[in-house]
Amino acid sequence: MAGAANPASLESAPRIMRLVAECTRSRARAGELRLPHGPVATPVFMPVGTQATMKGITAEQLDALGCRICLGNTYHLGLRPGPELIQKAHGLHGFMNWPHNLLTDSGGFQMVSLVSLSEVTEEGVRFRSPYDGDETLLSPEKSVQIQNALGSDIIMQLDDVVSSTVTGPRVEEAMYRSIRWLDRCIAAHRRPDKQNLFAIIQGGLDADLRATCLEEMTKRDVPGFAIGGLSGGESKAQFWRMVALSTSRLPKDKPRYLMGVGYATDLVVCVALGCDMFDCVFPTRTARFGSALVPTGNLQLKKKLFEKDFGPIDPECTCPTCQTHSRAFLHALLHSDNTAALHHLTVHNIAYQLRLMSAVRTSIVEKRFPDFVQDFMATMYGDPTLCPTWATEALASVGITLG
Amino acid sequence: MKLSLTKVVNGCRLGKIKNLGKTGDCTMDIPGCLLYTKTGSAPHLTHHTLHNIHGVPAMAQLTLSSLAEHHEVLAEYKEGVGKFIGMPDSLLYCSLHDPVSPCPAGYVTNKSVSVWGVGGRVEMTASKFMTIQQALQPDWFQCLSDGEASYEEATSLKRARKSVDRSLLFLDNCLRLQEESEVLQKSKIIGVIEGGDVMEERLRSARETAKRPVGGFLLDGFQGNPVTLETRLHLLSSVTAVLPEDKPRLISGVSRPDEVLEYIERGVDLFESFFPYQVTERGCALTFSFDYQPNPEETLLHQNGTQEEAKCMDQIKTIKTTDCNEEITSFEINLKEKKYQEDFNPLVRGCSCYCCKNHTRAYVHHLLVTNELLAGVLLMMHNFEHYFGFFHSIREALKSDRLAQLKELIHRQAS
Repeated sequence: MAGAANPASLESAPRIMRLVAECTRSRARAGELRLPHGPVATPVFMPVGTQATMKGITAEQLDALGCRICLGNTYHLGLRPGPELIQKAHGLHGFMNWPHNLLTDSGGFQMVSLVSLSEVTEEGVRFRSPYDGDETLLSPEKSVQIQNALGSDIIMQLDDVVSSTVTGPRVEEAMYRSIRWLDRCIAAHRRPDKQNLFAIIQGGLDADLRATCLEEMTKRDVPGFAIGGLSGGESKAQFWRMVALSTSRLPKDKPRYLMGVGYATDLVVCVALGCDMFDCVFPTRTARFGSALVPTGNLQLKKKLFEKDFGPIDPECTCPTCQTHSRAFLHALLHSDNTAALHHLTVHNIAYQLRLMSAVRTSIVEKRFPDFVQDFMATMYGDPTLCPTWATEALASVGITLG
Repeated sequence: MKLSLTKVVNGCRLGKIKNLGKTGDCTMDIPGCLLYTKTGSAPHLTHHTLHNIHGVPAMAQLTLSSLAEHHEVLAEYKEGVGKFIGMPDSLLYCSLHDPVSPCPAGYVTNKSVSVWGVGGRVEMTASKFMTIQQALQPDWFQCLSDGEASYEEATSLKRARKSVDRSLLFLDNCLRLQEESEVLQKSKIIGVIEGGDVMEERLRSARETAKRPVGGFLLDGFQGNPVTLETRLHLLSSVTAVLPEDKPRLISGVSRPDEVLEYIERGVDLFESFFPYQVTERGCALTFSFDYQPNPEETLLHQNGTQEEAKCMDQIKTIKTTDCNEEITSFEINLKEKKYQEDFNPLVRGCSCYCCKNHTRAYVHHLLVTNELLAGVLLMMHNFEHYFGFFHSIREALKSDRLAQLKELIHRQAS
C-alpha cells in the first residue's frame, strides 16, 4: 500500500492544490489550496458552522484564530433561511459576513443522521421537515442548485450515504448511485469557475466496493475528492484501512478531504495516511459541554477538581481564553447560566485544533513528521505502547513505527 | 475618591468621580451606569467581544448572589475577584442581589441576610459577609442591608422601621469589621437607604447613613411597578435632598431609559445596566433614539420609522422568556418577527457597534429563529453599546443645557 504510484489526474483542469512538501516515509503532505476566498494551508481542520454561524463566536473571533475555511450545511440552510434569501444577501459569505472560504456539505449526511425522517430513491432523498412536517426532495440537482446559491468555495456532491454499520447489497447500491449522482451534480453545476465541486468516495467498509468507486470517480474531472461513509460507528481497525485504501488510489495532485474526522489522534494518523482536509463537530460541540481539548486529552472543566485550579487550560496555548482566564474561573462560569463560558471553550478548542494542524504541517515541511507523530503520541498516551492498536498499525502501514 | 460636580441642572448632577481604584487614577462620569455582569462576566460576552463595544463604563457591577458561593475559591486565590474574572483593570462594585432575578422574601433576620446562588441559599451574618468581601476586594460594595420593606406595596410602619434599624446595625458592624481588615482599606462601603414607602423612615435612614463614613449611597427599594412610581419619585426627591452632595448616589433595580431620566432629575448618579440584557434575552434590539439634536431630514426619516413601529404595537405585547414575563417596550424591536426575515438593514442605522457594522436584521432574525448562540452575543453587543450611548447623550445634553429636548425625545418614544 505504501509507496504505490498514484495515477496522475487525466485532465488539464487547473489544480487548486499545490504541494509544498511530502513526508518521505509516510504519505503525509503539506500543501496550499488556492480558493476563491484566499489560500488555505494544508493539512487543515475545518470547524463546522452548520447554520451560518460558528455557534457563539463571531466571524471576527474566528478570523483572529487563523481560520481560513469553515463549513456550512446545505440541508439546514436550505430549510432555514433558504437559498433565495441567502442569494439576496450576496451568498452565504455575505449573509454571515465571512470573508474567507466556505465549504458546504450537500445534505447527504443528514440521510444517515435523520434516517427516520428520510427516504432515498434514485431521484434523490425525500426529507420530512422536523419543523413543519413539509416534505422536500433533495436531488443531486437541487443540492447543487442550493449550493450554487450559497456560493461556497467548495461544494460537495450529493452522495447516497449509508451508515458504516450497514452491510449487504444496500452498500453496493449506494456506491453505484453515488457515482451516478456525481455525474448529475457535475452536469447541474452552474458555477465551476467559482465553486469547486468535490466527489465523495463511498463503498462502506468493503474494499472491493471502495476500489470500484475510486476507479470510477477518479475518471471524473473534479478539483478534489472526499472520503465519505466513514467516521460513523465502524471499528477503527476497519476505518483506517478504508482511509489508506482510498488515499492510495486518489490522485496526488488533488486534495483529499476526510469527512467527519476530528479527534486529535485520528487527525494525526490520517495525515500520515495522506489526507489533507478534515471537518468535525466534535471540538465545538464538546466545548459546549464544558470540555477543553489539551495535548493530553481533555479537561472536563465542570468537575470539582478544577475548582481551585488557577492556571490556564493549557499554559502553551496562545488563544484569548488561555491568555485571560483560569480553569477555576471557567469552572465557576460553567456552573452559571452565562453562555460566555461556552464561548470561551469554543474559542480554545478551535484554537487547539488549528494549532495542532499547524504544528503537523510545520513538521512535514521541516521533514520531521515521523518524530512529531512520536512526540504527539507520547504526550497523548504517556507511552507509545499505550497508543491505541489501530493507530499503531495504521502508522506502521505507512512506515512510522512508534516506541 | 473625590466627586466633583460640574453643574446641577434641574436636579440633575453632572460631574466626575476621580481618584478611583486601587491605584487611585481612575475616573467615572456621572450620570452614568455600571456594566451588568453575571458571575463576573458580561452576559454572553468574552473578553474579545466585550472589548468590541464602545463606551463600556469604567465600573462593572458584580453580584454577591452569583459570587458568594465561590468565596472559598476566591479566598485561596487571594488576588481579588477583579483578577479572577479577567477584569483586573476595571473598577468593581459588588451589589447584594441580581436586579434581574429578585430573591425570595422572608430570609432577612436581625443577624443575617441571604443571597441565592446556583447552589442555593447563602446566609451571611455581618462577619461572614465581610469575610466574603475580603476575598473579593471590590472597589465598592453594597453593605449588608434589609431591603424587604419594599417588597410589599403598602409597607407597614413597623416593617419600614425595622428595615432601617437593621440596615444601620449591619452598617455599623461592617464598618467596624472593615477597620480591622487591612485588605479592605482601599474598598468603600456603600451605605443602603431603606425605609419602604414611609417618608419619615426614609429620611431617618438617609440622615443616619450619611453620618457614617460610607463611600456613597445605594437607594434601595425604589424599583417597582408604574402604579407606585409617582410615590417613589416623590420619596426619592426628599431622600436625595438630605444626602451629602459630595458622595455618589446609586440606585438598584432601575434601568429603563425613561425611568433613568426621571431618577437623574431627582439626584441619582449611577444606574445598573441590566435593561439591555433583558432586551437581549427576549430577542430584541434597542432602537430608541437619543439624538436630541438631529438634522431635520434625519428626524423626518426616523419619525416615519417610529410611527411604523408604533402602528405595529397597538398593545404592549407580553412574552414569556426563560426568566419571567417581560413586556417588550417601545424602545426596542422584536427581531423574531417575520418582517425582519429579509431586512438587510443594520439593527439601527448609523450605529457603530460590531453587530450593526457587520450584520443585518435578517441575519440576527435567522440566528434567533434557529436558536443559535450567536444571537445573544450580537444582540448583547448592540444593546450595551446603544445603552451606553444613551448615557453619553445624557451627559452631553446636560453639558449643553439640552436635557429638556432629550427628555421629550425619550418620552415620545416611551409606550
